[in-house]
Amino acid sequence: MCTYSTEKLDVERSSGKGAEGWFPLRTATVYYDHPVHAPDDHTVNIDFLNPERGPGARVAVELSLDSAKALIEALQVTVERAAHH
Amino acid sequence: MAYDAVIAETIGIQGANGDVIEAYSARPFDGAARGGVVVIHHMPGYDRESKETVRRFAVEGYNAVCPNLYHREAPGAAPDDAAATARANGGVPDDRLVGDVAGAAGWLRSLPNSNGRVGTIGFCSGGRQAFLTALELDIQGAVDCYGAFVVGEPPEGFPLRVRPLGDRVGELRAPVLGMFGNDDAHPSPAEVDELEKLLQEAGKEYEFHRYDDTGHSFFSVDRPAYRPMSAVDGWQKIFAFFAAKLGGEA
Repeated sequence: MCTYSTEKLDVERSSGKGAEGWFPLRTATVYYDHPVHAPDDHTVNIDFLNPERGPGARVAVELSLDSAKALIEALQVTVERAAHH
Repeated sequence: MAYDAVIAETIGIQGANGDVIEAYSARPFDGAARGGVVVIHHMPGYDRESKETVRRFAVEGYNAVCPNLYHREAPGAAPDDAAATARANGGVPDDRLVGDVAGAAGWLRSLPNSNGRVGTIGFCSGGRQAFLTALELDIQGAVDCYGAFVVGEPPEGFPLRVRPLGDRVGELRAPVLGMFGNDDAHPSPAEVDELEKLLQEAGKEYEFHRYDDTGHSFFSVDRPAYRPMSAVDGWQKIFAFFAAKLGGEA
């Protein structure tokens, strides 16, 4: 499947660590498509980007569908807990 | 022994709006008259696999070139970073794609050994773009390898700049070879049926090959989607098509 499926969100007051160290994040794209490295035909891919700093300012992950679901649950739990802090 | 040298190199070509963009070319070295092939890379980018495909066409007797469709967003970047940047920007606009492929075709025709004939081939998103070039450009054949959204509407709220081309089938200027897997969801077998019907109704020259037990991206040798039987047969069909349309050797 050639899924062009892409969600894009703004990211603020957040940072990521890439090949050249830490940098502020500006956007994230989330999509289901061919991975570069993970051993599946399709994976849930997330690119955290800072366009002002060029294409290399990128933190990328390629997650199996099961791992992506587990990540959603972990984020949900963590965000809910954070609300009580 | 037959002389079989090829040259493979990164070059600059003039693309849409006269911009000079990076491209990868491979050509036979023997000086014989040759047809040209523009390879349109898939959405994951101007990568090693795309360059291997370019070299394959040269070995098979064609002048071949693959423009880096993401050169403007990400000059010199790693292919995966460039693809991520292009995706975040909404993908490649159709008019820019057409201009870049027109530039690549013009460059091929300017080669001293060009026989004047040029075809296009694209994989995944490039399959739709190859079909688009057959609508827009003076080419002698186009190969659409499992391109989604040639027909069929993208989902609502879709952030990438892709529109279907079914309403433009009557404008087709070149024969089309289509390669599809029957287990693919994008394009689905029903969408391939629909495209075939449109081509028949418009009286256009086309040739479709559809493979069972085969899904999307079945030519990709280093992905789980690879289907050797389908891919081997598919390459034979592609080279036969280009031999007939571009005057290469089958």
